[in-house]
Order: sequence, then structure tokens, then C-alpha cells
Amino acid sequence: MSGTGSGKSSTFVEFVNVQKSYDGETLVVKNLNLQIQRGEFLTMLGPSGSGKTTTLMMLAGFEMATHGDILLDGQPINHVPPHKRGIGMVFQNYALFPHMTVAENLAFPLEVRGMGQAEREEKVQRVLDMVELGSFGARMPAQLSGGQQQRVAVARALVFDPELVLMDEPLGALDKNLREQMQYEIKHIHENLGVTVVYVTHDQSEALTMSDRIAVFNDGVIQQLAAPAVLYEKPENAFCAAFIGENNKLNGTVTSATKTSVKVKLETGETVTALPVNISGKKGETTTLSLRPERVTVNPRSKSLPNMFEGIVQEVIYLGDHIRTRLDIAGHDDFIVKIPNSAAHPALNPGTKVKVGWSAEDCRALDAVASA
Amino acid sequence: MSDVTADAGPSGPLLAADGTPLKKKLAQTTRQAKIRALLLTAPLVVFLLAGFVFPIGQMLWRSIHNPAFSDVLPNLAVALKTWDGGGVPGEDIFEIAVADLKQSREDRSIGRAATRVNYELPGSRSLFTSTARKVNKIDGPPYKEKLIELDKDWDDPVLWSILKRVSNDYTASFYLSAVDRKYDVNGNIVSEAEVQQIYVKLFMRTFWMSALITFLCFLLAFPVSYLLSVLPLRTSNLLMILVLLPFWTSLLVRTTAWIAMLQSEGVVNDILVTTGLVGDENRAQLIYNQTGTIIAMTHILLPFMILPLYSVMKTIPPSYMRAARSLGANSLTAFRRVYFPQTVPGIAAGTLLVFILSIGFYITPALVGGQDGQMISNLIAFHMQSSLNWSLAAALGGILLASVLILYWLYNKLVGVDNLKFG
Repeated sequence: MSGTGSGKSSTFVEFVNVQKSYDGETLVVKNLNLQIQRGEFLTMLGPSGSGKTTTLMMLAGFEMATHGDILLDGQPINHVPPHKRGIGMVFQNYALFPHMTVAENLAFPLEVRGMGQAEREEKVQRVLDMVELGSFGARMPAQLSGGQQQRVAVARALVFDPELVLMDEPLGALDKNLREQMQYEIKHIHENLGVTVVYVTHDQSEALTMSDRIAVFNDGVIQQLAAPAVLYEKPENAFCAAFIGENNKLNGTVTSATKTSVKVKLETGETVTALPVNISGKKGETTTLSLRPERVTVNPRSKSLPNMFEGIVQEVIYLGDHIRTRLDIAGHDDFIVKIPNSAAHPALNPGTKVKVGWSAEDCRALDAVASA
Repeated sequence: MSDVTADAGPSGPLLAADGTPLKKKLAQTTRQAKIRALLLTAPLVVFLLAGFVFPIGQMLWRSIHNPAFSDVLPNLAVALKTWDGGGVPGEDIFEIAVADLKQSREDRSIGRAATRVNYELPGSRSLFTSTARKVNKIDGPPYKEKLIELDKDWDDPVLWSILKRVSNDYTASFYLSAVDRKYDVNGNIVSEAEVQQIYVKLFMRTFWMSALITFLCFLLAFPVSYLLSVLPLRTSNLLMILVLLPFWTSLLVRTTAWIAMLQSEGVVNDILVTTGLVGDENRAQLIYNQTGTIIAMTHILLPFMILPLYSVMKTIPPSYMRAARSLGANSLTAFRRVYFPQTVPGIAAGTLLVFILSIGFYITPALVGGQDGQMISNLIAFHMQSSLNWSLAAALGGILLASVLILYWLYNKLVGVDNLKFG
């Protein structure tokens, strides 16, 4: 899925060794190499200050790369001004022009391209219908709700038929329900129009819902570039494991390793069998084991799993569809287990002892991070 | 299960939990807040009444009400009011005139009345003062004959028609003077002789110069405000202090500094001569004329333009310009179509502020304006301080005030006052 082998024709946007520094002392983006396929929905995900927005701004033309090339459809665009790049963009706070009506906002990109009035009106109406705001053309942006403004912003970025649309945390200002609804709407628009979308967010569930591929940014570097499922199931390093989804971390040292399995001794002396992912396999190497809370089995049959531990229930939180249980295991009192709310689920009470277990494949040995 | 607080009959008012009408209850609870608000503003309200509304009201009153004549010659004033006018009055009025003149001699107050008549009939002042000096010689009738003997001007019907007019305390003649008009002998409104027409011209010049100064301020302030609004906070704060620095310096000092800069032996001319741009013999006359007033006032009023512009520009997120550019507009189009329209409230506030301030400007034109750089306020000051014609000064001020109000009304029509943003 890395895109390197997909051939030149399908690569639409390409970053080649791109670096960006604002102050000449630190790099905000460090040697970025990224290929985005035509028609792809690619999300740049990362905490604030990770370089994802800077990358987007370089692509839009508002920031100049300090080093390296950005190619759009094979052409370097480093020195093409933003208005000649033909890239649609949705901004964080929509940036709808407050002194123009919705229709005027939408007609603006067509007008500056010198399109005739009749054609303009037709296109505006079509795009308004697409976002289901057909009768709102005469309104001022301030008269619209947040969700409606959001749709107008999306419509404006699409009305001049760009092949590439950038979205900079477009749903950040909406409340949760509306945000989820808009995620689907944007996803459907993407599917129907076939445009390439580069989407920036710090919300991992948004990224998982919408994207074809996700590039996880941290510290100016892409930590992992993969499809949502791969990213969640098979994080390649401790940052991705921690950033995407919930995650139990166990720190330890490698005692023995083969290609497919590794024995890790925890600080409290227990040994865990895990899958080696991002370790060299040397004896004595420190590693962080990553384990998803939903992959932990409660009360497994004895000997059915390679890792079996006994823990003490610390806290039980009822969340409707599942029950979140915090256990104290091997000196870690923040070990979370998600138990599905089914008729068969075991009733746990704080203070009681419980047996848990997990398979070696679900427990991934990653690079070491300081325990939280 | 009925809830008492929400229990309103089909027609009755909504009641609070204790049975009192909800409206009354609400008024009770908000009364204290209202009293507090009133008390907090009371000192300012009193101060404004005493220091602003009352004096201005009095001044405007003075522009139409001048009792100088009836104060000094009260009986004559009453008699003239009943006189039917036309020609020269008879013995009875002359008798009253003589008695009043004698009294005014005792009070030494004839000057006031003489000045008042002199406004209407220039050159008539000495008639009153000299007559008052000699009026004691008249010891009996016939008063008319004897008074005319003292000064034959008393036989002039024009004088008497004007005396009848000034015997009325209420007059529009100061407003007429302020727009270069006057009453002729028959009481018709006519234009002042051409050489004496100064006020309309001066009003026009004041408005024109103010408009020019406002425009120059706008030209200078717009880029600076833009820069201030986009710079990082630390830099923009530093620059803001430089903008505000003139505020903290005395107006007089700044104006005097411009004298040092602009006079013919001043810094600007010296530089021009040294660089050879201008010969030593024809140094530019940059001060004590309109140029001086315009330069100095533009400088002084610049912050009043920058501040509202800055405060509006500060609120325009850079993403608007970025959005416009990403949508395909070049920098110029993006500025013209997207950025500039959003600065209009600031421009409106700034121009209104600067224009209104400059039409009433006084010190700077007085110091650097010379002859043709004077503005209407300088003439108002002249009538307040030198000619002591306070009524005319008040009339000029009244016209100035009215034009500001009209301007404000026009602005409200065009821009909408709720669209103004001062900061």
C-alpha cells in the first residue's frame, strides 16, 4: 500500500525529500517523502505541532518548502503561486467570505476564472444541490448553522472542479453528532466525484472512518503510512500504537527472540510472549509491548493462550455496548480490558481477582518508550 | 400534578411560585441591578450635564438671543416694540431715549448697546458713546430737536429701523452673518458685500481641507494598519507604541516641532537645498499656509485613523485571503474582493473620526496655518477672544455642530452606525 510500486500514472501528488523550517534552527517537517494516488482519500493524522498542517500548507502553496520538491501530476509546483495550482481547500473555520451571500461565495472561484454568468449560476446551483442546500443561495454565511457553513465550504472547494481538495481540520468546530454525519457526507462526496482528498485532522476516529490511507505524523516525521485497519491492527511503533485507539503498554527487556516470537521479561519478573515488530531482537533490548484492550480474554481456558495472568479488578465502568475494566496486572495498574456487554460476560467487582490472557500475535513488541 | 410556577390560567398572567405575577417578580429582582447601574453612571451623567450639555446649550442660546440693547436701554426697547416703524419716531420716543441714555451714562453701560447696534450698522458705535457723553446737556423738551442737534445721525430713518430690530432680544442676524448674509433696511435678507464675504468661503475651505486631511490619513494609515495586524504580536506591539507615541506628546510640542521642520530655514528645506533639489533662493514655503496646516494635521490625526483600521483588520483572519487565493484569485483580486470590503467598517469609523476632529481643529491651524491655512474654529476663537462677538461665535459654532450632525446622519444612512468599529 506504500504506493511506490503503483506506477507513475496513478501517483498524483508527490513529496520528495521535503523539509520545512520556520526559524532556521528546528525542522517542522523532516525529510518528508510521500506519494498520494489519484482519487485517494489520504489523511494526515497527528498531534498539534507534528507538521501535518505545515505539510498541507506547503501543498496549497501558502508555505514554501525549505528543501525538496513537491510534484503535482508530475510537475514541480514549488514556485507556482497558490491561485494557479487549482487546488480546492476547506479551511478550519470555513473562511466563508462574510460579506458575500452563499451563492456569491460559491461563484467567486468561477468568477475569477472568467466564467460567464449563466454557466456560473448553473454550476453554483448544482453544487448547492449536491450538499443539499439548494434554497440557501441568497443567505449570508452568518445566517447558516455550523453544519450548513461547513457544507458551503466543501461546496466552494469543489465548485470549480479541482482534481485535488485539501481539508484542514474542517470538522473541528462541529459538535459530535454533526461531525459524524459530516464525515459520512464528505466520504460520499469523495466517492461520487472521485477527487483526490488530502485531509488533516488530529481526531483519530475521524481518520479511521474516512480515509483510504492514513499518514501518522509526529515530530515532523511520518511514523506510519497505512490503511486504517492496518494502522490499528498492526502499529509499527509505540507512537502509532498509543495514538490510534486505546492501548495497554507493558515495558520490559527481551530475553530471547526468534523471527515470529519474542520473550519479554517485565519489570516485575513475569515473562510475556509477543510478536516482534519493531525490535532488533538482541537480548537485553528494552521494548514496549502494545496490546489492544479488546484483544484481552477474560477467564480463558487454562493453557489456551500463551500469556496468562492474574489481576485484581480496580475499577469497572459501564459504557453501554461494552464494560471497561481497569486491572492491576504485573505492576501496571492502568491495564484496561474491554468486555463486550453480552449475556455471557463475566460479572466483575472491584477488588476481586480475575484471570486474563492474550495471544502472542496480539501483543506487539515495539520500540521502547518511557512508561507513562 | 400541576406545577405552580408554570400555572397560568387560560387568560391570567403567568404567576411566580409565591403567587405574584411573574412580570412583577422579575421587575423586583432586577430593580437592584438597575439602581446600581444608575448609581454607577450618575457622576458621569452629572458631569456631562454640567460640563457639556449646559454650556453648549447656553452657547447656542446666545447665538439667537442677545439682550444687550434691552438691558442697557430698557424703556426705549419697550417703546420701540410698540412703535409702528418707518421714518423717524416722534417726540415721545425721543423723550424715553434721552432718559435711557442719561441712565446708561450713569451706569457706564452704553458700550454694550452701542456694540450690539454696531453689529447691524457698522460705524454707529460712536454715535451712542458720544451722545451719552453729552446727553446731560439736554434738560427739557423738545427732546427730539435737541438730540438731533447733538448729532444729526439721530434723524436717520435707517438708524431707527435698525434700533427697532435690535430692540427684539431674539434675532437670526448672527446666523445670517455666519453665512455672509444680512438684513437690509427693509428687513429683507441680502448677501453681504463681496469683500466682506468670509465665512462661507472659510466653511468651504474647512470642509475641503478636512476631507483632504482625512484622505491623506487614510492613504498613510491603511498600509501601516495592515502591517500591524499581520505582524507577530511582539513586533506589532512595539510598532503600536510608535503609533501611539504622538498621543503622549503635547499637541503644542508636536505642532511646534513641525514649525522647526518645515520653516524656510528648517530641516526639510535645508535638506532640499543641501541635496541640490531646490536652489537656496527659492526655498519652499511649507508652513504658515495651507500646506503647513495639512501636513501637521495629517500627522496629528493619523493615530485616529490607524486605531480603528487596525482593530478591524486584526479581526480578519488570514484564512480569508488564503481561501480567496486557493479559489483562484490573484493577490490583487483577493485583496480587492475579499479583504478590502471587510475593512470598510474600520475605514468608515476612521474617516468619520478624523473628519469630525479636523473640522473643529484649532491649535494647529492657528500656529502653522498663516493666512490661508486658517479654519473656521480660528475665526470662532477670534470672535470669542478678540472681537468679543460671542453671539456670532456661537452661531458659527452652531453651524459647525449642525454640519457634524448632518454628516453623522448621512453616514448612518450610507454605512450604518452599527457597522462602525472604533476598537
